[in-house]
Amino acid sequence: MDIVLQQLVNGLTLGSVYGLIAIGYTMVYGIIGMINFAHGDVYMVSAYITAIALALLTFFGIESFPIILVGTLFLTVAVTGAYGWVIERIAYRPLRSSSRLSVLISAIGMSLILQNYVQLSQGANQQGVPTLLTGALRFHVGDGFVQITYMKLLILFISILGMGILTYVIQKTKLGRMCRATQQDRKMASILGIDTDKVISTVFVIGAVMAALAGVLVTLDYGAFDFYVGFIIGIKAFTAAVLGGIGSLPGAMLGGLILGLSEALFAGLISSDYKDVFSFSLLVLILIVRPSGLLGKPEVEKV
Amino acid sequence: MSQAVGINFKKSSIDALIAGFMALVLFGPIVGVVLDGYGFNTEFGKVAWMIAAVAIGRFAVSSFLQTEKGIAMAFRYANNNDGVEVLPPGHKSKMVWVIPLVIVIGLLVPFIASKYILTVIILGLIYVLLGLGLNIVVGLAGLLDLGFVGFYAIGAYGLALGYENLGLGFWSMLPIAAIMAAVAGAILGFPVLRMHGDYLAIVTLGFGEIIRLVLTNWASFTHGPNGVSAPLPTFFGLEFKRRSRDGETFHEFFNIPYDSAYKYMFIYIVLFAVVWAVLFIKHRLVKMPIGRAWEALREDEIACRSLGLNHVLVKLSAFMLGASTGGLAGVFFATYQGFVNPSSFTFFESALILAIVVLGGMGSTLGVVIAAFCLTVLPEMLREFAEYRVLMFGILMVVMMIWKPRGIVRVTRTGFAARKGVVK
Repeated sequence: MDIVLQQLVNGLTLGSVYGLIAIGYTMVYGIIGMINFAHGDVYMVSAYITAIALALLTFFGIESFPIILVGTLFLTVAVTGAYGWVIERIAYRPLRSSSRLSVLISAIGMSLILQNYVQLSQGANQQGVPTLLTGALRFHVGDGFVQITYMKLLILFISILGMGILTYVIQKTKLGRMCRATQQDRKMASILGIDTDKVISTVFVIGAVMAALAGVLVTLDYGAFDFYVGFIIGIKAFTAAVLGGIGSLPGAMLGGLILGLSEALFAGLISSDYKDVFSFSLLVLILIVRPSGLLGKPEVEKV
Repeated sequence: MSQAVGINFKKSSIDALIAGFMALVLFGPIVGVVLDGYGFNTEFGKVAWMIAAVAIGRFAVSSFLQTEKGIAMAFRYANNNDGVEVLPPGHKSKMVWVIPLVIVIGLLVPFIASKYILTVIILGLIYVLLGLGLNIVVGLAGLLDLGFVGFYAIGAYGLALGYENLGLGFWSMLPIAAIMAAVAGAILGFPVLRMHGDYLAIVTLGFGEIIRLVLTNWASFTHGPNGVSAPLPTFFGLEFKRRSRDGETFHEFFNIPYDSAYKYMFIYIVLFAVVWAVLFIKHRLVKMPIGRAWEALREDEIACRSLGLNHVLVKLSAFMLGASTGGLAGVFFATYQGFVNPSSFTFFESALILAIVVLGGMGSTLGVVIAAFCLTVLPEMLREFAEYRVLMFGILMVVMMIWKPRGIVRVTRTGFAARKGVVK
């Protein structure tokens, strides 16, 4: 019983991280209909920037945890957002009128570039950050206990905050209205005076910022990372986006939670060696059985 | 440069400044601050060089795009017309004599080349085979398959495990591996091929990773990361070892001194024959109704379905054919290495094969052969740049998609009837 509860707690934090990254996939897919293959590597870049920001802040003698956290978040989000913008500008904008296959291949190329660029400049070894926040809440359940570390609570808090702000921006502000209009019909939106290129850039920046939040949180919690971490977590976040219905914002969050919970339960109860196989099989299954996902609209093919 | 159109240097300078600033933001932390444990070392000199290069490059590009030539070029790329070039009916290529020449040179290679060069060429030919297989799937049928390495792994592990558990050798596994890979392709493809192109890419990616993870984790059967050894091919039952437990070996039978290069020569000749067979089959298939259906489906799926093509079956045939070619390549890879382990079948390998197809020109056989040799043999020659290899692949993929989405060798097709004013 306590194992199940403990895995549910772990799954919840894992799922909220998947949800954060899935937002990037789902928004980009919604607006220009492409799978941003390099998104997982944007997450990887943000993990490196987290460690670099931490090292810089410690170098300048800042030791209070809240300031370090806010400083790291700010630096990482800013730089990773810039990466999102530049990637769109270089690799995707010139291909706006090309076939979907060309854009996808360009995205794969971008993913290879990012991985190798980070490997060349930072070395191929695994990197790490020190643990900054220790301690945990413990609840006694029957004979055993369930524990939630403060770091996991922080992950939940910040990801809920991030998703809340994003939902507000998309639903209530002018920028959000422009995004939704462009998503519905790009040509019509541009006729009505929306600078759709700018909106698309903004969506890429938003996706990168959400991935950066996930990058900071996971890096601070888990500690170790290398230039290859973006690949697996990218596919899983994509699975989450598909599970919830690609193109749908609440779907990405829901899909992330469901994937995180089911993966944690599978790892805890059946086999942790095969947990990646489980996620990939889940992805294949969903796409076969219900390609439009839980909250997505079925796609109608038009000539 | 050009007097007719003035260059607005102020605009170019602003562009260059923005690009330089972005370069500072991007490269500053990642290149400039190199992590070292929990501390760091700084490399500000490198960052300064990179920023300068970006800013100057942006200035040059921005200025060039304001000239007449630049405007014309930008216009051409905004309207790049992709598609197949149609040649007049009855067109005969003047390059036919190249084929016998290549065959003769190819047959001479094992007797001239050193053992090292021979192994490099074998590797190149294996990638030609892989490229040809993926070319049927991506280039002709337009299905983006990111898990092609899965079929490659099935072929390679098929040989290694078939030998270990069932005692099957190279020659019996060659057809069996092709069939196994085709069946795997059918099992994966049948439910998946109904779906949208991008989803297909991700599902096949998942499939490739599942195969690799199972090979890594199912240690009792596949020996996990330690790998399995694979047998060498035999020459009518004669082995290429120094000594054999059962019967004579190749060099004993022919009464020649033992040389480890013999096995590579033999693998090379068999591989060379298989590559030509695959080339020939592919060449004929493209002219048959099935090949025309693949290409038609790539260009416009809805039109094809309206005309009564069964899109699932047509796609499935391409998928299975591509997969079986990948399986064949896997068998050769296993016997060439003498050993297989899961680290040879990562996603990077799939991306490399995709880069071969994309670079060579999707659908173009000649292009794929050239690209396969360029991407596998060149890195062997330029060892000191080996670490920049992946970076180069990535940049090539992005640049090619923007500059020449149809690859270095453009696909042509001979027309069937003369159309006035269109084809001369």
